[in-house]
Amino acid sequence: MYSANPTYRLLIALVLAVVLMALDQRSKWVEPLRYGVGYLTAPVHYLAHLPVDSARWLGRLSETRSNLMESRERLERQVLILEQKVQRLAVLQAENVRLRELLNSSANLDASVLVAEIIGVDPDPNRQELVINKGGQDDVLQGQAVLESQGLIGQVVEAGPLSARVLLITDASHAMSVQVNRNGVRAILAGTGQGSRLRLLYVPDTADIKEGDLLVSTGLGQLYPRGYPVARVSRVSHQSGAAFADIEARPTARLDRVSHVLLVQSMEPVSIPDVAPESPSDEPTPEELPDDE
Amino acid sequence: MMNNERPAGTGVILVTFVVAALLEVIPLNQTLDWVRPEWMLLVLLYWVLSLPHRIGVLWGFLVGLYLDVLVGATLGQWALSYAFGAYFMLAAYKRMRVFPLLQQSAVVFLLVGSANLIAYLVQESVGRTLYPPYTILYSAAASAVLWRPLCTALRWTQHRFLVR
Repeated sequence: MYSANPTYRLLIALVLAVVLMALDQRSKWVEPLRYGVGYLTAPVHYLAHLPVDSARWLGRLSETRSNLMESRERLERQVLILEQKVQRLAVLQAENVRLRELLNSSANLDASVLVAEIIGVDPDPNRQELVINKGGQDDVLQGQAVLESQGLIGQVVEAGPLSARVLLITDASHAMSVQVNRNGVRAILAGTGQGSRLRLLYVPDTADIKEGDLLVSTGLGQLYPRGYPVARVSRVSHQSGAAFADIEARPTARLDRVSHVLLVQSMEPVSIPDVAPESPSDEPTPEELPDDE
Repeated sequence: MMNNERPAGTGVILVTFVVAALLEVIPLNQTLDWVRPEWMLLVLLYWVLSLPHRIGVLWGFLVGLYLDVLVGATLGQWALSYAFGAYFMLAAYKRMRVFPLLQQSAVVFLLVGSANLIAYLVQESVGRTLYPPYTILYSAAASAVLWRPLCTALRWTQHRFLVR
């Protein structure tokens, strides 16, 4: 009696699956389903991360006193250096705001951040994604930018209840607008699907981009905050006959080594009108209201 | 009813799936990621093989849907793939039970390979594939190799916890 109708069930499953895929691709209707199942999948990610966590905990337990003293001293030195830099930053920021006021454009450089820990990586070699331990219950939203101390990492593509998925800038389906820090030349930075390689797309052969140039985010597309380092140009090659230069870059963030990331909570208002599509997804970015003007 | 025994041990089946899910996402290095076996599909195939009256296409669909959310795939990608996997196993379980070891592994290779192919086609259609389709055979081969030890472990679990 059980062997009577698996074919019908398969047909039903087929129809259901196709409907699910279509809805998932074209609409937001199945998002509650994904969110609900997220309560069941997040514990698995946390469990899979447990060995790493406990190893770190053990390492902390067995840390020697002299080591701790040493690292404390190093950190104090680092804080001193950073504080000195911040002193100058305050002046520069004030100056920047004044200059922008002269230009009648507003820019809020401050963005509050949320610290999250990476608890998983995508097992599929075709995709470059991470799982972090903050989700919808910590007000993580789809489209939020994710940073590391050295630069941009990517964006949140799926916010579950207890965890979220981050699409890395190196993913083959990811592209964003950047500019050369030295001279402001704008270009589109696309991922290649390989860990540490990015490509600049559609750069005219004559554009002034050199090896070692720092690429920073432009904020066009209103998804990523403006002015964060993203990558450094690692190779520029000009081919005679080709319309565009072949330029490779390397992310400044240590994508394969970081354990903690920063989620940008509030976006700065950008005065330049949006032209370049920055996200692979076609839904509008969740915008937060600027708190100060 | 044909079965005079009431089904039991659903919890144990669920636990084996959770363990398999854990193995699906546990971090490996990039080379090993290529040969990561389809743990959840293997566990599903085992339960279909040993309890075809209970575990079938619906279980495959639900387990696959869970995997979809777990790995962030398009909803329905693995659900469809696993539903097909369970269906194929339902069609073959009577023969499968009398097959010798090597032949069983060959069948598992084909089943996992075709299930992977379905998932690959879906992924391809949403533009999230980067590597050529033959790469899915690596994990199918790893799954075939691991079929026997996994069978032994699951059979022990089944007898120990009286799943029927």
